[in-house]
Amino acid sequence: MSEPVLSVRDLVVEIPTRRGILRPVDGVSYDITKGEILGVVGESGAGKSMTGNAVIGLLDRPARIASGEILLTGEPIHHLKGEALRRLRGRRMGMIFQDPLTSLNPLLTVGDQLTETILEHLPVSRAKALNRAVAALDEVGIPAARQRIGSYPHEFSGGMRQRVVIALALCAEPELVIADEPTTALDVSVQAQIIALLKRLCRERGVAVMLVTHDMGVIAEAADRVAVMYAGRLAELGPVRDVVGRARHPYTTGLMASTPDASRGQRRLRQIPGSMPRLDALPEGCPFHPRCDRAEVRCRQAPGPSLTACDGRAACWFPMHQPEETPA
Amino acid sequence: MLAYIIRRVAQSVLVLLVTGFVAFSMFSFVGDPVENMLGQERTQADVDRLRDQLGLDRPFAVQYWKFLEQAVQGNFGLSYRQGRPVSEILAERLPATLELAAVSGLLALLGGIGFGIFTAIRRRGAAANVIMTVSLIGVSLPTFLIGILLIYVFSVELGWLPSFGRGDVVNLGGWSTGFLTQSGLKALVLPAITLGLYQMTLIMRLVRTEMLEVLRMDYIRFSRARGLRERAINFRHALKNTLVPVITITGLQLGSIIAFAIITETVFQWPGVGLLFINAIQFVDIPVMAAYLMMISVMFVAINLIVDLLYFAIDPRLRIDGKAGGH
Amino acid sequence: MQDRPTETLPPSEPSRLARAWDSDLAWSFRHTPVAMVSAAVVVILVLSAVFAPLIAPHDPFDPGSLNLMNGFTPPGRPNAFTQDMFLLGTDDQGRDVLSTILYGMRISLFVGFSAVLLALVIGVILGLLAGYLGGWVEALIMRVADIQLTFPAILVAMLIFGVAKGITPPAYRDQMAIWVLILAIGLSDWVQFARVVRGATLVEKRRDYVQAARLIGRKPFSIMLRHILPNVLNPVLVIATISLALAIIAEATLSFLGVGAPPTKPSLGTLIRIGQGFMFSGEWWILLFPALTLLALALSINLLGDWLRDALNPRLR
Repeated sequence: MSEPVLSVRDLVVEIPTRRGILRPVDGVSYDITKGEILGVVGESGAGKSMTGNAVIGLLDRPARIASGEILLTGEPIHHLKGEALRRLRGRRMGMIFQDPLTSLNPLLTVGDQLTETILEHLPVSRAKALNRAVAALDEVGIPAARQRIGSYPHEFSGGMRQRVVIALALCAEPELVIADEPTTALDVSVQAQIIALLKRLCRERGVAVMLVTHDMGVIAEAADRVAVMYAGRLAELGPVRDVVGRARHPYTTGLMASTPDASRGQRRLRQIPGSMPRLDALPEGCPFHPRCDRAEVRCRQAPGPSLTACDGRAACWFPMHQPEETPA
Repeated sequence: MLAYIIRRVAQSVLVLLVTGFVAFSMFSFVGDPVENMLGQERTQADVDRLRDQLGLDRPFAVQYWKFLEQAVQGNFGLSYRQGRPVSEILAERLPATLELAAVSGLLALLGGIGFGIFTAIRRRGAAANVIMTVSLIGVSLPTFLIGILLIYVFSVELGWLPSFGRGDVVNLGGWSTGFLTQSGLKALVLPAITLGLYQMTLIMRLVRTEMLEVLRMDYIRFSRARGLRERAINFRHALKNTLVPVITITGLQLGSIIAFAIITETVFQWPGVGLLFINAIQFVDIPVMAAYLMMISVMFVAINLIVDLLYFAIDPRLRIDGKAGGH
Repeated sequence: MQDRPTETLPPSEPSRLARAWDSDLAWSFRHTPVAMVSAAVVVILVLSAVFAPLIAPHDPFDPGSLNLMNGFTPPGRPNAFTQDMFLLGTDDQGRDVLSTILYGMRISLFVGFSAVLLALVIGVILGLLAGYLGGWVEALIMRVADIQLTFPAILVAMLIFGVAKGITPPAYRDQMAIWVLILAIGLSDWVQFARVVRGATLVEKRRDYVQAARLIGRKPFSIMLRHILPNVLNPVLVIATISLALAIIAEATLSFLGVGAPPTKPSLGTLIRIGQGFMFSGEWWILLFPALTLLALALSINLLGDWLRDALNPRLR
């Protein structure tokens, strides 16, 4: 296999507070290769967005990367600051935010926002940049792109605006795109279109995509591989087929069972009892054990086995399915 | 857009009608105008004649209408104290106030916006913190104390600048200006700083708050995620969005400069309309008070309308009628 | 019923005081030196104003205790004729400056607190009415608020003062001046309170429990009130603190301009107005000390308000 576009190794993000140091991301490792979509899933507060923000270097104070490595095509970038980091953003890694209504500057035309990004990163003339901007809008499926280039964001519908946001994230041709809940704020009918667009762009351009979402349906639809996060830790990592079909971690099973699925017939949805613990009150041992119906003494004493970036493992002492290969 | 402007104009007219009503009520209910105008030696015949002349026996609504009619023509009657037409007194004092307000307004605007942006962008820096602390002292320091302090330092101790009056003025077709003489310019320095400083701190704090608010927006984060330079983010993306709310309040602040001029004019005995107004209050000179109120309202309403029109120039979301041209 | 309820409390249960001490607000207070210093200054100034009759060395309004020979005594030096000492000097009539400041601050603070209280009561009531009743009541109240907001508060206060002065018979003007001041400043400052309370009321009105109460035919107002008031407590507290500084400055300004507290009952502003006359002749202390007191008062209240706003609104930091 070729070198992964993004490698995250033992990433720890800390927030110092007056009641002690919180760890919204605690020892997370994964890889994303070219043309692959990695779905990162979990409840809100599980640390999925924080992981994405850490990768692109947009952690809000006082959150900071405490340890671990982030490698972009093999080069470490977790220690970069200021100007060096800015050159990477947009150029080599793009980001798509949740709400297309607020992601675009209301006072500048979409053409202005596209060309300023292109001119910032690529050595092209203003005229060329404008052509590229039109092409970018065209590529994400904005009809009559050349006419719409002078429009302001409020003149587009929500779905169209999210297409503009995607065009903006991709217009300087980055190798990695972090999509943070890109469909959550959209109508259900538009969600599928945006997912299909992301998948197409990923295949055509060979971009590596980190798709952060809380929606198992989106994961099943779009992702090649899945990372399940719980309370800042990786619960399970593997190909989408395995995670959806033969989940190993009881939390993943619970997450699947609480997602409506038309194909399985409308059985009653199951809920996971309780709620995710607050970061300042994590239980001893496996953080999931208070909500887990399979928990035993060992789960209360030690956190589950820590995960490497390899597929097919779960951070659980008593996984539901044994991996097919013998564990290392 | 047209409908919006018509609505705003209608609102302005409403504001003027209400302040007109307040001014008229002052005439009608505060003291007896007949007594005020005739003084001690009066006969019943004089009283009746004046009552008839002023239309005081006619219905309230008629009187109000008559008052408005007169007010539109700039006729507010005679000052109780000086016995001259109020409009004449106001006209002769207005240039002094307007020149003072213009210089202070410019000072407040340039300084306020500049320092505001600086303290928002460098909000954790030492210089920004110093400016913020000084500005808080500025807000707590009443205008009249600033004036007294400046007089003490620059007039009493150093003797550089005059402590009162307007200096020599040149009359240009009914407009007396202090801009053309050296003593006029010197006399302007301390009052302009006094009046402008307080407004400057207010505008500065406002710009800073709004800009910090904008810098937290998603589109600023997105601009950062796209790798734009800090300078482009601050001045192209953030500043433009900051200006929309800032223009409203700044407009109002500039309007209030004319009102705050009352204090500055008292401290420096500046012969403008503000000093006239404060004397009118002390002597309950109702026609002058009413006329001043109306004049100020017209100015405020005009400023508000201009602010609304500026909105359209900046915010494309308000230009609803289809595609907007370049900007 | 327990005989000794104190003993039944588990030892780990913190007292109300301890919890207040541990709250985020108190924590922020203890870690913001500026807030602690300003609070101390405010407390000292307020206490010395309240107990002015007890701590003031002289009674500046008792003509019997005044000695014109003591006039213009510089601070901290004995008078040339009487050898009397005055810590902050005396004015032209031999009144002790320290005592006039203490009594003046009493008036300034009384006017300031009363005006803010008046503005708060008017604002909260009108805000509740506007938000709850809606319709033409709301339109009327908010339109009046808009129009009033078009004019600076100090100008509104001056107008109200002027009109009230015109209505009061001349013989009572000095006596009524303080109350007229409170009325003028209070009426000029209710709008902000009304806006915040109306906003919170509109939010509460849409809540399910209010709709439910309405459905079962109960008057939801009193239930709602219990939900609204806690919600607006923080912003109202911040506005009240900043309004207090503004009210004290407004009172001082009006008095300085000669349209406020009369020379027979001088506030800090009146004292500064009097002191300004002696600036050119060299008796600086008659002006300086009242001015510094006013500045210390306004600044420390403003700093407290600033801290309070940041502490209650952590987003802004």
